[in-house]
Amino acid sequence: MTVVAAAAAGLLVLSGCAPTASGGGEGRYGFTEAEQVPDSEITVWVDASREPAVTAFQEAYPDIPVKLETYDGNAGGSGSFQSKITLMDQAGEGWPDVVFSTQQNDAIWASKQTLNGEQGFAAPLNKGFLDQDFLDGFAPGSLDYATIDGTVYGLRNDLAQTVFFYNQTLLDQFGYEVPTTWEEYGALGDKLAAEHPGYILGSMGDSFMTYVYYGGSESPVFQSPETAVFHSDTSDANAEGISKIIDGMLANGTLVQDSFFSAEFAAKYADKLVGVPGPVWYTGAIFQGGLATPAGQIGVAPPLSWEGGDVAAGNVGGGQWYASSHSKNLDAVKTFLEFVTSADEFQVEASSGYPAYTPAAEKWLDKQAEAAYFVNDDFKTVMSDAAAQVWDGWNVTSWSPETAWAKVVIPGIAAGETVESLLPAWQEELENEATVNGYTVK
Amino acid sequence: MTVTAPPAPVDAVPTGRRRPGRRRASRVNAGQSRYGYIFVSGYTLLLLAFGLLPTLYAIYLAFTRNGAFVGVDNFVRVFNDYRFLPAVAHVALYIVYWLVSLIVLVVILAIVVHAIRVRWLGNTARFLFYIPGAIAGASSVLLWLFVLDPTVSPVSALLKGMGYESLVNVVAVDNLPVVFTVIAFWAGAGGWIVIMYGALNNISADIMEAARIDGANAIQTAWHIQLPMLTKWISYMGIMSLAAGTQLFVEPKILAQATKNVVPEDYSLNQLAYLYAFRQGDFSGSAAISLILLVVALGLSAVFIFRGKLFERD
Repeated sequence: MTVVAAAAAGLLVLSGCAPTASGGGEGRYGFTEAEQVPDSEITVWVDASREPAVTAFQEAYPDIPVKLETYDGNAGGSGSFQSKITLMDQAGEGWPDVVFSTQQNDAIWASKQTLNGEQGFAAPLNKGFLDQDFLDGFAPGSLDYATIDGTVYGLRNDLAQTVFFYNQTLLDQFGYEVPTTWEEYGALGDKLAAEHPGYILGSMGDSFMTYVYYGGSESPVFQSPETAVFHSDTSDANAEGISKIIDGMLANGTLVQDSFFSAEFAAKYADKLVGVPGPVWYTGAIFQGGLATPAGQIGVAPPLSWEGGDVAAGNVGGGQWYASSHSKNLDAVKTFLEFVTSADEFQVEASSGYPAYTPAAEKWLDKQAEAAYFVNDDFKTVMSDAAAQVWDGWNVTSWSPETAWAKVVIPGIAAGETVESLLPAWQEELENEATVNGYTVK
Repeated sequence: MTVTAPPAPVDAVPTGRRRPGRRRASRVNAGQSRYGYIFVSGYTLLLLAFGLLPTLYAIYLAFTRNGAFVGVDNFVRVFNDYRFLPAVAHVALYIVYWLVSLIVLVVILAIVVHAIRVRWLGNTARFLFYIPGAIAGASSVLLWLFVLDPTVSPVSALLKGMGYESLVNVVAVDNLPVVFTVIAFWAGAGGWIVIMYGALNNISADIMEAARIDGANAIQTAWHIQLPMLTKWISYMGIMSLAAGTQLFVEPKILAQATKNVVPEDYSLNQLAYLYAFRQGDFSGSAAISLILLVVALGLSAVFIFRGKLFERD
């Protein structure tokens, strides 16, 4: 029944004769609202790292009932967000009200009407639902990944530009300089392996390294020059170059294969990580979290570039908050979204990353400065500059770039193959995935 | 229409008095047969609701697209998918490993346990075999995640001795059929050992004694008496395990999630069907894969049924 009603209402909207603000007020916010039930409970899906956001919200708004459900947050491009929602679309009920995803690619499918005529899961946010003033508070460009044809479908949780983190204490001890280019990074690997074996410059154990090393080195591996077109060229000089550097460092042991988030990594390398390129959220998630590195050791340098090339940053997730277009309590959803993206209680106090909401970001940076966590005073400028230097040649498609990397490259290097030798297979898998997802490979 | 009772070892070997017994039963009052129908009605309803109707719906979906008849288009699309043939190969290899190891080892273990004369020892052995079966599918895979990860495994020395340094090494695609076979055997074999044991108990003591008097040793008895009389039970086990094996889903799905897709999310056919339905929103393609699975499983089951004389009366 509800499916039919919703579909009928959808047709009315499409044919341009939507009743104006009658009862539920369809189309008030640019989508067909479900019948609103004031004070009804809202269901929120988050990954484990975002649970503090919900807890903080419950403390701040004890009157709004929230049901917290934890899921994998789509980590690694698992696609569980989409598969669960597709099931609910099929059933015509049961949708959550707010969903957090670690991936950037969900807006593409979540904005689309489903095959059986349900309206897309993600509610348009800038058609009256959220105030433009509030949306303007997000860092320039940070809402781009979730913006489709001018409609914003998701709110960015945190920025995820890559920078180069280094351990000043270890560099001083060994007498090394902070690398500024990929070439210097590779050379530092050789020197470190020879002079201080056991110390490392990063890990290849996580599939998001594809953004760090290939996005950050301007390798044209994952591009969508126009809608539904995919392009990948792993034989490009940058892709080959960075692969050779990675292979060299895997061979000499300065790049390891344990996941940054494994207990093993923290146990083995907490005091052995000399430097690492990575997103700004490493600050909380890796250094202050898993590795528990004390203040006054870590410094932040601009992202690595090619010798003579421009500085370019990669972008590693950053997370998005989506509101459900099927929610029965949009008022509560609005309050929730505004709280988790902008309120100090989560973004400044409890979130591990660099907030996408600028006023919160300033306070977060002040907090790090106050704690004197970083050794260099200009870390704020370094981080905010990098945000503007994210390479625009790495695009968002309807699926995650991480799955092909996980399927082909991670098992390959674990079996002792070189990344360079895996490049053709990687590209083939990427192109196959593109085809399956309805993209034309060019 | 006769409703075939779910097989139970006690009925396996009919006695000579069976015929007259049955005739008497058929004469018994209508009340009793009414109870029979009542007992099977629950099962029949569930079979219709969750077995037959979904199958018919899948057949409808597989030959249509958005409600329009498209012939075999959906099948062609699925066959041409680059993930399809690898998934077929993965599942086929797993089934071969799983069925062969299950049939050989379960029969041997059941005969060995049956041959144990010490009562408490036999009981304990059967109980131990059965325990893992009490752990439901998904949670048993979670348990195996720890066993398979050399960094936390209780058998890490063994894994490292085999040259595996990390979970990624252990769950390399080429190792997965063996890994899944081990998991499935651990979780499923115990129940079958108990059933086989029951079937062995049912072999008439006269026959066993006759064999012994004729001078047959344990191995000869097993080979010439027990094994032939177990044929039906072995085919039954084969069919049930085949059906479960072609539907390989939970194990690779959880491993995929746990390894962040190092175990590919399109490893098995059922996973592919799942991706078609819930990632691509293509329920017709998904139904086509399910139908292919159904036809293959039916075909293979037929082999077991006819080779194993499952429907023949002694």
